[in-house]
Amino acid sequence: MAGGLSPAAALPTEVRTRAARRRSPAVWLLLGPPSLVLTLLFMLPIGLVLVTSITDPRMSLAHYQRIFTVPLYTHVMLNTFVTSLVVTALCLVLGYPVAYVMARRSDWVSTLLLTIVAMSFWTGFLVRTYAWLVILGSKGPVTGAYQALGLGPAPQLLFTSFASTLGMTHILLPYMILALFAVMKKIEPDQLKAAASLGARPRAAFAAVFLPLSLPGVVNGSLLVFVSCLGFFVTPILLGTPRDMMISQLINQQIEELLAWGFASAVAVILLIATGLILVVYNRFAGLDRLWG
Amino acid sequence: MTAYLSLRNIVKSYDGRVNAVDNVSIDIAKGEFLTFLGPSGSGKTTTLMMIAGFEAPSAGAIELEGEDLTRRKPYERNIGVVFQNYALFPHMTVERNVAFPLRMRRFPRNREAARVREILDLVGLGPFAGKHPRELSGGQQQRVALARGLVFNPDVLLLDEPLGALDKSLREQMQVELKRIQREVGITTVYVTHDQTEAMTMSDRIAVFSHGKLEQVAPPLDVYHRPRTRFVGEFIGDSNIFAGTVDESQPGCVTLEALGPMRVDVEAWRRVGKGAVDVLVRPERVQLAAPGAEPALLNRLVMEIGVIVNYGDSVLLIGSARGQRLRMRIAGAQPDAIREGATVIVGWRPGDEHLIARS
Repeated sequence: MAGGLSPAAALPTEVRTRAARRRSPAVWLLLGPPSLVLTLLFMLPIGLVLVTSITDPRMSLAHYQRIFTVPLYTHVMLNTFVTSLVVTALCLVLGYPVAYVMARRSDWVSTLLLTIVAMSFWTGFLVRTYAWLVILGSKGPVTGAYQALGLGPAPQLLFTSFASTLGMTHILLPYMILALFAVMKKIEPDQLKAAASLGARPRAAFAAVFLPLSLPGVVNGSLLVFVSCLGFFVTPILLGTPRDMMISQLINQQIEELLAWGFASAVAVILLIATGLILVVYNRFAGLDRLWG
Repeated sequence: MTAYLSLRNIVKSYDGRVNAVDNVSIDIAKGEFLTFLGPSGSGKTTTLMMIAGFEAPSAGAIELEGEDLTRRKPYERNIGVVFQNYALFPHMTVERNVAFPLRMRRFPRNREAARVREILDLVGLGPFAGKHPRELSGGQQQRVALARGLVFNPDVLLLDEPLGALDKSLREQMQVELKRIQREVGITTVYVTHDQTEAMTMSDRIAVFSHGKLEQVAPPLDVYHRPRTRFVGEFIGDSNIFAGTVDESQPGCVTLEALGPMRVDVEAWRRVGKGAVDVLVRPERVQLAAPGAEPALLNRLVMEIGVIVNYGDSVLLIGSARGQRLRMRIAGAQPDAIREGATVIVGWRPGDEHLIARS
């Protein structure tokens, strides 16, 4: 799920074009094996999914029609979209201040925060998901606190969309923080000093100088989190409810329970197209980044 | 001189033991161009940052027209700062960069455009108003930073090694330009540099810093010809400095180590009184004593020429006399008698030297 995206998003287009310009036999030799791997393990399966989506069980676009007309499926897609948006917004709101402190301070506070974020980043998302199972479970600390305070029976937390949103936010937060931090760290402290000397109070200096200069980080981080969220599977399965399904849950259900390969493939294609569209939009946005560099 | 900006016994210490700035007091007149000159780590930039308000002094006070600024935040002071790396806002056009301080200070919007245009014309950047900083050369960015620091009519302009990032010819051009603009606006300016040429050519006065302390505050030529300490004499310009003792029995006589007795200006001799002195003789004051040379050249030495450095417009001879290092500079073309390894008689007149009493 989440880990695969960041290098692709970071790949500078100049590098690709420059390599393509100098075509020599050695370059083809170097390009051969990875192209083969990509074709066999990536392009071919995707092609198969595409074909399956319009041929299984017979040649038609009926699956696509169903996705967009049956309320159950439009609900899944809308839910996926909204959940991803909420998780992205939460990550941004929670991550921005942390990244800000990390970037602006150069002492032990920054080091400590970076260590915590990196540790969280490196801890497997499955482990972190199970941790939430324990925390929100019927014998967990939240329920315990409710009873200890005499507030009556704790509300149902586990297996709700609240739990899955919380879990996804937690898992994707480090990506957001690191994306923001990378950009914020490059903002020169002199910029803010200059703003102050020119009469800007701290809040005005932040709004007029720091915030706009950190926007490329906001775009990068949001894209990373949003796209990862679209295809999130394990966390919503373990913490969420089938009533508020995400797209990948739907795909899984169609295959595992109904053996509906054709329909599942059509849903996967939709997910792929949505992700691709966002990356295209990002490519436009990435120009902003270079503009301000 | 009436003080406009005053630094009173400024001390800055980061660890409570070593003073990065140590008891610095300077009075700066309105409209004056004062340069803080010193090697890196001498406390000159730290002092500038305290005037700007980015650093708080550990002790002492900063006053502007008798008003205490010491505890005021940078945005509550009316001081323009030009940073070494310019610190222009990359996401704003030149125009917006320059308008920034006006907006922050609630300058009337209907007069903003005119004011921005006026100041951009002053620095010669009128046609570049709509460009972004990254589209400009280093010198142009420098001018934008200057315009931005001047547009709001600050009381004082601070410049932190503003020409450090430019190449030599552009630097000289900007020195002249900066000085012109400063004169035209008539703004009180504090300029930080480690480049003595810059300090000499631009300043009304130079404040020489060393190890956090003020060594001397004086007009450029005073600093050059009459340095108050040995450090200043060595740091500014090329120099010969000989250690000696005042010969109290003979007026105008100083005994130098290794070189023996030497005639100096009687007035200066009287002022120093007695004890150990450093005698400074600038290399351009040392002359060749050809046979039949002027008799006023009372102090004569036999110099062995070690190295000849030809600058085109002058020649620098580096050699020794009785084991003492000796440098001399001859204006114009190189005379025939001078070759590396040759021995020549050189000398200087009493009064060509400067005496620095050793504390």
